Amino acid sequence: MVKTWVKRLYMAFIFLLLYLPIIVLVVLSFNKSKARVTWSGFTFQWYANLFDNSRITDAFTTTLTLAFGSALAATIIGVVGAIGISAMKKRNYSIMLGATNIPMLNAEIVTALSLTLLFIRFIKLGITTVFIGHVTFGVPYVILNVLPRLRTLNKNAYEAALDLGATPLYAFFKVCWPELMPGIMSGFLMAATMSMDDFVITYFTRGPGINTISTMVYSEVKRGIQPEMYALSTLLFLLILVLLLLFNFLSGRKNSMEV
Amino acid sequence: MSNRLIDLQHITKIFDGEKILDDLNLYIRENEFLTLLGPSGCGKTTTLRIIGGFLFPDEGSVIFDGKNITQLAPNKRQLNTVFQKYALFPNMNVAENIAFGLRIKKKSKAYIDDKIKYALKLVNLDGYEKRKIDALSGGQQQRIAIARAIVNEPKVLLLDEPLGALDLKMRQDMQYELIRLKNELGITFVYVTHDQEEALTMSDTIVVMNGGYIQQIGTPEDIYNEPQNAFVADFIGDSNLLGGTMIQDRLVEILGAKFLCVDEGFGTNNPVDVVIRPEDVELVKPEVGIIKGRVTSVIFKGVHYEMTVLANNFEWLVHSTDMYPADSEVGIFVKPFNIQIMHKPESEDEKAVDINE
Amino acid sequence: MNSPKKTWFAFPYILWIIGFTLIPLGLVLYYAFTGADGGFTLANVLAITEPVHLKSLWTSLKMAFLTTLICFILAYPLGLVLCSLNLKKSNFIIFLFILPMWMNFLLRTMAWQLILSTNGVLNTLLGFLHLPKVHIIYTFQAVLIGMVYDFLPFMILPIYNSLSSIGDDVVEAGKDLGAGYFTILRKIIFPLSLPGVISGITMVFVPSMTSFVISNILGGSNTLLIGNIIEQEFTYNFNWNLGSGLSFVLLVFTLISMGLMSVFDKSEGGTNKW
Repeated sequence: MVKTWVKRLYMAFIFLLLYLPIIVLVVLSFNKSKARVTWSGFTFQWYANLFDNSRITDAFTTTLTLAFGSALAATIIGVVGAIGISAMKKRNYSIMLGATNIPMLNAEIVTALSLTLLFIRFIKLGITTVFIGHVTFGVPYVILNVLPRLRTLNKNAYEAALDLGATPLYAFFKVCWPELMPGIMSGFLMAATMSMDDFVITYFTRGPGINTISTMVYSEVKRGIQPEMYALSTLLFLLILVLLLLFNFLSGRKNSMEV
Repeated sequence: MSNRLIDLQHITKIFDGEKILDDLNLYIRENEFLTLLGPSGCGKTTTLRIIGGFLFPDEGSVIFDGKNITQLAPNKRQLNTVFQKYALFPNMNVAENIAFGLRIKKKSKAYIDDKIKYALKLVNLDGYEKRKIDALSGGQQQRIAIARAIVNEPKVLLLDEPLGALDLKMRQDMQYELIRLKNELGITFVYVTHDQEEALTMSDTIVVMNGGYIQQIGTPEDIYNEPQNAFVADFIGDSNLLGGTMIQDRLVEILGAKFLCVDEGFGTNNPVDVVIRPEDVELVKPEVGIIKGRVTSVIFKGVHYEMTVLANNFEWLVHSTDMYPADSEVGIFVKPFNIQIMHKPESEDEKAVDINE
Repeated sequence: MNSPKKTWFAFPYILWIIGFTLIPLGLVLYYAFTGADGGFTLANVLAITEPVHLKSLWTSLKMAFLTTLICFILAYPLGLVLCSLNLKKSNFIIFLFILPMWMNFLLRTMAWQLILSTNGVLNTLLGFLHLPKVHIIYTFQAVLIGMVYDFLPFMILPIYNSLSSIGDDVVEAGKDLGAGYFTILRKIIFPLSLPGVISGITMVFVPSMTSFVISNILGGSNTLLIGNIIEQEFTYNFNWNLGSGLSFVLLVFTLISMGLMSVFDKSEGGTNKW
């Protein structure tokens, strides 16, 4: 048997490894010195600059708009698609499942490249192409979250509702919808998270002047990191922390923890 | 059946501040089929897990074959367990499951192969060596779990509600199977169940438990015919459980009427509990009965009729091969030796006196 | 409520897949096997045998293998430790362990540049301790550290999920039959957690083989992965044919590694959760 203190020590080690970069960013975001990583006094300067810098605020808005817009579109396409797929016979069902897995398993750079090749032929690269790209890799997350729930959906309950005089539509929204909701929600959130975290697809499919946080950070890193980036990181981390905690408390804990 | 193989002495186990077992004393003899019987939460599984080494008691000691094994790890004990949900290793086939314990003991391949063959024959699953675990039915998995345990030649086999997950027919078949196995192997079985029928069918000794205390220890006949307290009477079989007053030796007053009985030593004018089994309640003509009543329901049960009779404000449960139609007037008579007198419980835990001595 | 009519609901999604997954992949194939003049050629694909490309392919495979191995070595014991915690606490602790995963991955990689660079946090700390500086940034090791850091949660989660689904009863059965802790680990727990390990490996190996961002930020021009070459050909040299040809090679390698994994992964499950 392994001793408890060894377990604790090991957990602490991994914990430190995972949080070390975040701690560094948070500490540096309050550091007066612009160029160096040595501590030279406390300041809120970078946070103040953050909101004056239209490049950063634009990227932030673009990221959020893209995330929620593409996740919403992916959810609609995905839920309707999942309903259709769930009614399919076994062979077509597996074909669809295989096709759904392609964007998830394929190397990001290949997906990005393939989309770009398509876009370049037909439309100008811009926000639309980025949007289509994000929807494309978002849909599989919705499908894979909703499909298992559709499969285990209690048909008896739906039929019982019809038996008790409900119309099919009423029965669907009263009986099936509540059972599907958690799957739809986590599919939506995963699609949104993936969109927010995406760099590769955006980088290839974007037109000139369009920046998400990821692509902006990338060019910052290439040019030399400005301290505003540290402030941005800290704020984003806080935002994520608060959102996740809220989400965990709101949705009956157990489900969300597996996300 | 003489030798004390396992001795549990003053065992106390506390979970989250709650006493699951309270000063439990019990010995198990060699070659005995002993059943721990009780409702869920009575402490029977805890007792078994303490014997198996999966739990350690907070107080008291476990003596095995004269040696104190209280703190010994389960993998060092000379006993094996058949788990509630079989706990077969799904990543191994039948033969690998059975061989598991023997491989750890570094037995030769020939010996292991022999043992697997023997064990599979014993549980009537010859030729199943290469089967995958998830391809087996519940009953077959159960048998493999038993085979996996017995190839290690344990002195004691612990069985934790092993039939709980099987359907009724399979459960009855397995009961006979277990009795046969026990006789062929000649080892001690410690069996945990909440099913009184299983306990009555298979056991040499039944230990009835409730609330962390032993309520009664005895043969199935003892437990059924001479329950020591109201809990045991109520838990084992159907019964009419009544309050009464012991007027003097061999005479008890129940529901205002005087009944002759055979019990002595309960004092005079002492409140007691009385149990009368439904098959011992005899329905007679109203004028010959000790008390009169009216039949309120009749259900045909195949072998007998189950009737309820309202007499002196008590609903009597009656099993009889003679049928009295509902609403008819009947008399109730009980032979003296069919009336079982019991002490009122002394504490709310219905702590029974240690009667294993 | 199963009816043939309902399968029509999938129609928009099928169109989407055809339009934005299958046709684009077809285009990659088209470009991969045609030259600048539009005629058929194998040159783009065979370009992988050029020493520069071969070297970067080898570096990518080495990087992916080492990243996966280190992630596994770090994650498996952690999974065991997390599973041995009592349930009430463990949910929150697991939350803490996957929280960094939600942080924008470019920002996380940027942080490692700050830590590892020549005048970075690590060397400043070493300076305080009067120890010699280390030069890690823009080396293979720096990229490896960044990769391990970024992909570790993807190894932790599936391993933890599969470990936590192993019942206490089989572990107890192992003890009951005389097995010690390490025997149980080797013969029962590890084989049963294999689906989680496999999906962890898949989720780490392919992305680390094909990534170009981490190597770009932490590896500079010294550590060229195959992804970097493709990106350069595509965005700087505008050689779509060569870029597609190398992408095709990458696709083949992805398929091979997936195929290898699925051979090991006899049972399903584990892969859906992340």
